[in-house]
Amino acid sequence: MVDLSGKITLGEGSALLRKTIRGLLDDKRIHIVLNLADVDYIDSSGIGELVSAYTTAKGRGGELKLLHLTKKVHDLLQLTKLYTVFDVYTEESAALSSFQ
Amino acid sequence: MGTDPKHLEITLETQVESVNLAEEMCLRVAEAAGFGEDDCYKIGMSVREGVINAFHYGNQERPEKKIHLAVDLTGDKMIIHVLDEGAGFTLASVPDPLAEENLLSTSGRGIFLMRAFMDEFDVVPGRTGGAEIVMAKKLPLQDDPGTNGKGGQDHSPHQGA
Repeated sequence: MVDLSGKITLGEGSALLRKTIRGLLDDKRIHIVLNLADVDYIDSSGIGELVSAYTTAKGRGGELKLLHLTKKVHDLLQLTKLYTVFDVYTEESAALSSFQ
Repeated sequence: MGTDPKHLEITLETQVESVNLAEEMCLRVAEAAGFGEDDCYKIGMSVREGVINAFHYGNQERPEKKIHLAVDLTGDKMIIHVLDEGAGFTLASVPDPLAEENLLSTSGRGIFLMRAFMDEFDVVPGRTGGAEIVMAKKLPLQDDPGTNGKGGQDHSPHQGA
């Protein structure tokens, strides 16, 4: 599980997320839960980075799931129709057990 | 906020830092104009997306090109202009990010978000030859706190690209 905080926006936030996900996948840790409880802002670059993480994980035979969306991130994913694409969880135990 | 029209403009470098700078500047104007938290978020995000568009798609991240940002406060709305020095584009050429085949695209949602978050949105040919994004948000009614941007989540976004 990866705990993210702050902003996922063009520049450092998006780059850090990309680096983190690539690092996990390179280490063969292909079942990933992103805890977004403390992410209060995300722009189109950040959304693109989440999509990239999702498709890259799938391409490596893994899965990426989202946990604890803040209202702003939840609304943004609904607006962009990505809420139905991602597996989204409100309980950590449910997110973790979904890989079994 | 008085009724006198106000105009503010700034020329930004084509660099990532300009995105935050533009957003912060417009947020201050929006707050001073009386917009509520939710509207300020939408205005800030729209400015951010407009400048990202100019930085990445318009100016192709070329540092010798500039991004021109202007804000007008009229009696009834806040108007934001973002002008790049690129080749220009038309809204009709922008793919619909909600189309099934584009849902997993890693880019192409900026225009959609601006259209969803602002009351008015258009792209016109700019004086530089590039694209000029023109978007506006109606000022909150001073007498009615219910319209002060705090409950604006219920309107449907309009997507025409």
